[in-house]
Amino acid sequence: MSEFMYIYRGAQRPTSPEQMQQIMQKWMAWFQDLAAQGKLVDRGQPLEAGGGGKVVQAGTKMVTDGPFAEAKDLIGGYSLVQANDLDEAAELAKGCPVLEVGGSVEVRAVMKISM
Amino acid sequence: MEPVDHLFRRESGRMIATVTRIFGLNHLSLAEDVVQDAFCRALDVWKHQGMPPNPEAWLMATAKNRALDALRRERTARKFAPELASEWSLVATLEASFAPPAIKDDQLRMMFSCCDPRLKEEAQVALVLHLLCGFSVDEVGGAFLVSHAAMEKRLTRAKKELAAGSLLFDLSADDFSDRLLAVQRALYLLFNEGYHGASPESSTRAELCQEAIRLTSILLESERGGTTATCALGALMCFHASRLEARIDAAGELIPLFEQDRTRWDRGLIDQGKYLLHLSARGHEISEYHYEAMIASLHAEAPDLASTDWQTIVQIYGHLLTARPTPVVALNRAIAIAQLEGPVRGLEEITRIQGGDRLEAYPFYWAAIGELESKLGGAERAFSAFQKALSSSRSPTERRFFTRKMTELAVSVPL
Repeated sequence: MSEFMYIYRGAQRPTSPEQMQQIMQKWMAWFQDLAAQGKLVDRGQPLEAGGGGKVVQAGTKMVTDGPFAEAKDLIGGYSLVQANDLDEAAELAKGCPVLEVGGSVEVRAVMKISM
Repeated sequence: MEPVDHLFRRESGRMIATVTRIFGLNHLSLAEDVVQDAFCRALDVWKHQGMPPNPEAWLMATAKNRALDALRRERTARKFAPELASEWSLVATLEASFAPPAIKDDQLRMMFSCCDPRLKEEAQVALVLHLLCGFSVDEVGGAFLVSHAAMEKRLTRAKKELAAGSLLFDLSADDFSDRLLAVQRALYLLFNEGYHGASPESSTRAELCQEAIRLTSILLESERGGTTATCALGALMCFHASRLEARIDAAGELIPLFEQDRTRWDRGLIDQGKYLLHLSARGHEISEYHYEAMIASLHAEAPDLASTDWQTIVQIYGHLLTARPTPVVALNRAIAIAQLEGPVRGLEEITRIQGGDRLEAYPFYWAAIGELESKLGGAERAFSAFQKALSSSRSPTERRFFTRKMTELAVSVPL
């Protein structure tokens, strides 16, 4: 088993409480499903969407407001899962509710620390 | 899965009412943004960390923090109450404004504000559904079979009217009783839209009924709102709602009252209705809701169609017709008379309805004629009546229902 990070991007904001509730229930069900399969390592954390970001530039170390990403590229949060390989991790990500609201999941292998 | 049962929708109404009270009605859209932000935050945090033990308190606390941010950000550009404009008193004022005793009447006050006499009834109901029940513009539009653009226009105009004032309705105001009538009426219409309305999806219908009952309970529990007429209104909603399940069959098709399996009626709701009807009889006032609740209770009490007390039902319809002389009430009275005295008398009464031409766009007018004609053996006349019902029907469910009736008749008509 290897660990993989899911990076969630670009979810559209739901427009009604009922939609939000449905989306939340889907996330809960998805995580529960991953956990039941023994794939979930850490549900992870959400990231602040608005106003909170800064970017520090190399060299000058100038601090600017950011990130500059467009809404569709903005990272909303991350989780950690375990899977046999990248393909399986990607397959598992297909159930992620962020995909239903215009977002995407970036699946990245966590580097194994070995000499 | 955690049972959250419309938690977001329910809390949305509470939060919007409270934040609007604090910001002022003139900053209604800012209040809506704050609540939307709080929900998005809850969604982000809860999906990663799971639901907190007390999600309602979590949401309200988040709304308070978002409100604080919004006030700090907007206070130079907008005019808020002086104690909110000054950083000195801001936090303490906000804490006090979100405390349980301060929050208590907010939803009620918002309900009264929405039922402003300057607004048309349809706009009042749309506002109630949007602001107090958390329905999006699309969802309100869907419930009333109105396009997004049209509903957006209706709600925007209505909100603009509301924003002309700054304070939520004062429950100790002199015009409380007048406004109460409008609130009762709006809740009645909301319930009716759910029960008889045009919305095709049965789930939407049930939700509208549930929301109407929830808001009526708030009214019932309030100091001045729980009048005998409100009790009667609550009673009639309970009686009708008890049949919601039984009027849809497994395939999602409509089953008329006369053909329903009465064992599927919700006894709990019927008992609640009886209790409220009992409370409604405390005073001397008899409202339209009293008559309707009494009729509904007679249906609810009857173990089957044959043992229904049609005599009393016809009498009460007579009173209701005096109190509310509309063609629809007259039509229902005629249907009851047909049960009591036969289809010929029923049809006679239908032709006598004052302003009956206004019923021609109402599919159940034609359906009633069709039913009575078919009982008299006039299959062809019945067929053409159901044809008219079909062409005025408003939803796929209604269309399928009338088509089924026509098919049954076509079988019995010799070609």
